[in-house]
Amino acid sequence: MNVRRLFLIFVPYLWLLALFLVPFLIVLKIALSDGALAIPPYIPTLDFSNGWEGIKTFFAGLDMENFIFLTEDELYWRAYLSSLQIAAISTAITLLVGYPIAYGMAKAPDEWRPTLMMLVILPFWTSFLIRVYSWMGILSQEGFLNQFLLWTGIINDPLTILNTNTAVYIGIVYTYLPFMILPIYAAIEKLDESLLEAAEDLGCSRMQAFWLVTIPLSKSGIIAGCFLVFIPALGEFVIPSVLGGSKTLMIGKVLWEEFFSNRDWPVASAVAVILLLILVIPIILFQRNEQKQRESEG
Amino acid sequence: MFKHGDFMAHSSSTSTFAPWEDSEQKPLIQFKNVTKRFGSFTAIDNLNLDIFEQEFFALLGPSGCGKTTLMRMLAGFESATEGTILLDGQDMAPVPPNKRAVNMMFQSYALFPHLTVADNVAFGLKRSDMPKSEIEGRVDEMLRLVRLEKFATRKPHQISGGQRQRVALARSLAKAPKLLLLDEPLGALDKKLRQDTQFELMDIQEKTGTTFVIVTHDQEEAMTVASRVAVMDEGRLVQVDTPARIYENPNSVYVADFIGDVNIIEGNASNKGDGLVEINWAEGQPAIQGTATNAVQDGTRVTFAIRPEKVSITQERVSDKANCIEGKVLDIAYLGNISTYHVELPSGHVIKAQAANNRRLARRSFTWEDAVWLSFTDTAGIVLSDNAGG
Repeated sequence: MNVRRLFLIFVPYLWLLALFLVPFLIVLKIALSDGALAIPPYIPTLDFSNGWEGIKTFFAGLDMENFIFLTEDELYWRAYLSSLQIAAISTAITLLVGYPIAYGMAKAPDEWRPTLMMLVILPFWTSFLIRVYSWMGILSQEGFLNQFLLWTGIINDPLTILNTNTAVYIGIVYTYLPFMILPIYAAIEKLDESLLEAAEDLGCSRMQAFWLVTIPLSKSGIIAGCFLVFIPALGEFVIPSVLGGSKTLMIGKVLWEEFFSNRDWPVASAVAVILLLILVIPIILFQRNEQKQRESEG
Repeated sequence: MFKHGDFMAHSSSTSTFAPWEDSEQKPLIQFKNVTKRFGSFTAIDNLNLDIFEQEFFALLGPSGCGKTTLMRMLAGFESATEGTILLDGQDMAPVPPNKRAVNMMFQSYALFPHLTVADNVAFGLKRSDMPKSEIEGRVDEMLRLVRLEKFATRKPHQISGGQRQRVALARSLAKAPKLLLLDEPLGALDKKLRQDTQFELMDIQEKTGTTFVIVTHDQEEAMTVASRVAVMDEGRLVQVDTPARIYENPNSVYVADFIGDVNIIEGNASNKGDGLVEINWAEGQPAIQGTATNAVQDGTRVTFAIRPEKVSITQERVSDKANCIEGKVLDIAYLGNISTYHVELPSGHVIKAQAANNRRLARRSFTWEDAVWLSFTDTAGIVLSDNAGG
């Protein structure tokens, strides 16, 4: 019995160890190293052939230099702040767009719901990269959107949307919308219809009942959806590099350039470690929310 | 089983309260030729009903009989397809649920899970024009009424089912509605708690003087709490009467059968004068002597309904009762305080008779297969000439 239980606990821990902790320690180690023209492009590397001395010189070669560098160059903290801003604004927009969709789905007739659910999930069947690239075809100066607007006569000159922050917002909202819709839909769907009738019976208008009952009771779905959008959006790099312009500053893009263009693995790793630390805060808050939700249901 | 004492005690205490017999009284609620259809399904069929102030009115019927639809029309969640519903003489059709002086206690209680007990009770008051300073006092008053002062700061999931039921009651009474609707209010409680709560409901109804309309499928509950009971079937009212009259004078086989236990015997009637009717019901059996409330034509098919407790069971033939039939004990249902005897007649009919167990079980006078005599007076049963149930 005890062996069985230990084994059951061991499996998720092994998972965490192999797929989170070990890679994280490797990245942390690289972040504490110095850049070098070598393969791999950093020193020191751990060499067991020199025995205890080798290990000692290895640890002596590690320092906080790269982290200090990040604070000195304003590019990095501006990139972090700009990422936070873009992630926060796009999360807010995703919520505004996603909530009505989720609400509509939850209130739709039973026989419609599987179809609507399918429509929300369907985009996942196509590669994310292809979907982001196809937005270029929609948003560019000669793209479908501008052609349509010119044709209807709403505008006379094509709008510049591609390669601006607007395009990044559109891309993020589009990509992460299902992550907002699904938890909110789940929350509204299990909401007991008689609660709204009770609110009306006690003197609420439909609108008041929505604000006083539906919104508070879908709060856990809203919070879950916001975190599911905010957390990946913060480190997003494909969308800003494909749809954003030279002025779009996002930490994911900076990290990518540091890693592949500059081949400065140690600085790139330091950027990644800081990003992870920033993300730990919302992740903990998210876990709290989930736990509270489970407790109130139990 | 139906408990006799419950409604006897209640009906005697409210014997002077009978506004439905007074033609001067204006009803609080009037249904006038109300029909409700859902698509091709008729839930309520041309229904007329008056409910008076301070009544405790029960809508009783099997599921799907339209009782919940009737209640939801009063609350404003459904509108009548035809006809009008008047509350205090005012047509309710254009009034939305949130503007009606009617509150409802939901079957699921529908307590707001994100609000405390006190906030749940205050919910309706905050939407009314009651000044903020008075709300707190009113909430305390309501919580005292349902004895939940100690639980004011708890959330609904932190209290028991019975307590939740009382929060729901306090919440629906807080705005002092003219009319309180209770949708199967005790359905989720276990039997013991349900019985206690029935008396509590009656108590609260008397204290607040609110008109209560309760929907239930539990005939015992309806008999216990209500001043009048409406028995419904397929969207129509079959009988609207006091619990005692519903039980003693059902107007149809449907009502007789729905309320309590009953023996149903079909036969051909012949008048004997003075309201006496003789019913020939089986070859070789003496005709049953009964009293008809409505005139019965000779030779018509009638139904004789008699409650098991009105049938006496003895070892010897008795001479002082109009009806006496011989049979043998087929089955005995021992219920503690009483036993129900299933007695088989030579014709194959089975008649139920009930007797109080005023002796110890071991000293019971008859047992299985014993020959016994069943007897009842000519006024013990009811002669119903309409066996269609309307």
